[in-house]
Amino acid sequence: MTKVFATIGQTVLALIASIGRVSIFIGQTLRHLVAPPFYIREFTTQLVQIGWLSLPVVGLTAFFTGGALALQIYAGGARFNAEAVVPSIVAIGMVRELGPVLGGLMVAARVASSIAAEIGTMKVTEQIDALVTLSTNPMKYLTLPRVLAATLAVPCLVAVGDAIGIFGGYLVGVNRLDFNAAAYLINTVNFLEAGDVLSGLVKGAAFGFIVATMGCYAGMNSGRGAQGVGRATKKAVVSSSVLILAANYILTEVFFSA
Amino acid sequence: MITLENVHKSFGSNAVLRGVNLSIPRGKSLVIIGGSGTGKSVALKCVLGLIRPDSGKITVDGQDVRTAEREAFLARFGMLFQGGALFDSMPVWQNVAFRLLRGSLKRPKSEARDIAIEKLRRVGLKPDVADKFPGELSGGMQKRVGLARAIAAEPEIIFFDEPTTGLDPIMSGVINDLIREIVVEMGATAMTITHDMTSVRAIADDVAMLHEGVIKWTGPVADMDRSGDPYLDQFIHGRATGPIEAVR
Repeated sequence: MTKVFATIGQTVLALIASIGRVSIFIGQTLRHLVAPPFYIREFTTQLVQIGWLSLPVVGLTAFFTGGALALQIYAGGARFNAEAVVPSIVAIGMVRELGPVLGGLMVAARVASSIAAEIGTMKVTEQIDALVTLSTNPMKYLTLPRVLAATLAVPCLVAVGDAIGIFGGYLVGVNRLDFNAAAYLINTVNFLEAGDVLSGLVKGAAFGFIVATMGCYAGMNSGRGAQGVGRATKKAVVSSSVLILAANYILTEVFFSA
Repeated sequence: MITLENVHKSFGSNAVLRGVNLSIPRGKSLVIIGGSGTGKSVALKCVLGLIRPDSGKITVDGQDVRTAEREAFLARFGMLFQGGALFDSMPVWQNVAFRLLRGSLKRPKSEARDIAIEKLRRVGLKPDVADKFPGELSGGMQKRVGLARAIAAEPEIIFFDEPTTGLDPIMSGVINDLIREIVVEMGATAMTITHDMTSVRAIADDVAMLHEGVIKWTGPVADMDRSGDPYLDQFIHGRATGPIEAVR
């Protein structure tokens, strides 16, 4: 029995220690926001890497999700003679939940892993130490541009993903479910509120911050060798995915609880 | 003058440095030798502030490493890393001119590129290497690029971490000669860690032998062969038997 309590205690302590370390890491990153020099070129490179190059995967995910959502809502709605709600539920579902969450998870898979692998490899090959000896702070040069770029790029990806997802639902609705094209669009626009879109964009920013922070944190704390980098990459993807889902619940409570 | 006074550093229960005392006069080239895992790299990283010692004091020209303003302090140093540590996301010339493209030493891009090409020439590389990426270069060329980067901003102090590891004997000789020439030419203070006794004889003014976290012997390279120190003798002659325990 004592052993069980000891194990629980150790796990809780390890979790608290991890939260503390990540919090310190975030603090160290954000403090560089206000102190020059600013590495604009690094920031724009990361905007392209994280934002522009993630567009295909986020767009495809949103497109198929929108289409599948339309089919599901139609099939489910038919039980209550409520097939007409397909356009509005697809739109609300995409912009409030599925757009940001699936977009965030796809970015986590693509970006957190690549950031952790890149920074982890830099660490084990002493490139991080080399940066320091070249009078360059690694947190400022590597971490801040990635965190800032992801925080700004992911909401944009979410906005585009929302539009593509709604379009996917529209294509399925009009071509497979025999909705009138004009009526589908009118229903989509009429039922969608600015708050729905805004909440999704805020979620996107939070998820972008989580993805880049966890990627950088795992990379900077990577172990030695290929195995260390592999573990860091796995840790980055798993932790950012779980944190995205947890943050999604918290933000949904904040935005939509009565 | 770089001085280490009673420097201790442990990683968990592993005491790596157990009271290192060492001084390197300005303009001299000191080589630290010792077996793997004896703390040579840790000592070097402590001087640069990459690792914080548990106790003891490290000063550079009287200035405490812990209290020095980081950017100005590090601007005095250049370092050649064991594996080169070149940034593989940028071409060779940007690696060499890294310091000259940002921070307090920033200058126009074309000027920085010209300096990089000049430094590459100094280490025996042709200008066409400038636009290649580190991954396209051989190990010896990467070391030369690393050396060019270390000297690009004309530092007062240069550190060399295992400069000939992984190179064939001829390329090792070339790198050793380059290091010696550059250190003399720039009048820089140099600190090198290596296992390679050919490097020691080519590069060093003074030698320090680190074993079990303390300096066992230090003196001019000319005195190394007649030191009478059993640790140093065993190490420089590569004997399997002696006071240094060799794990078989």
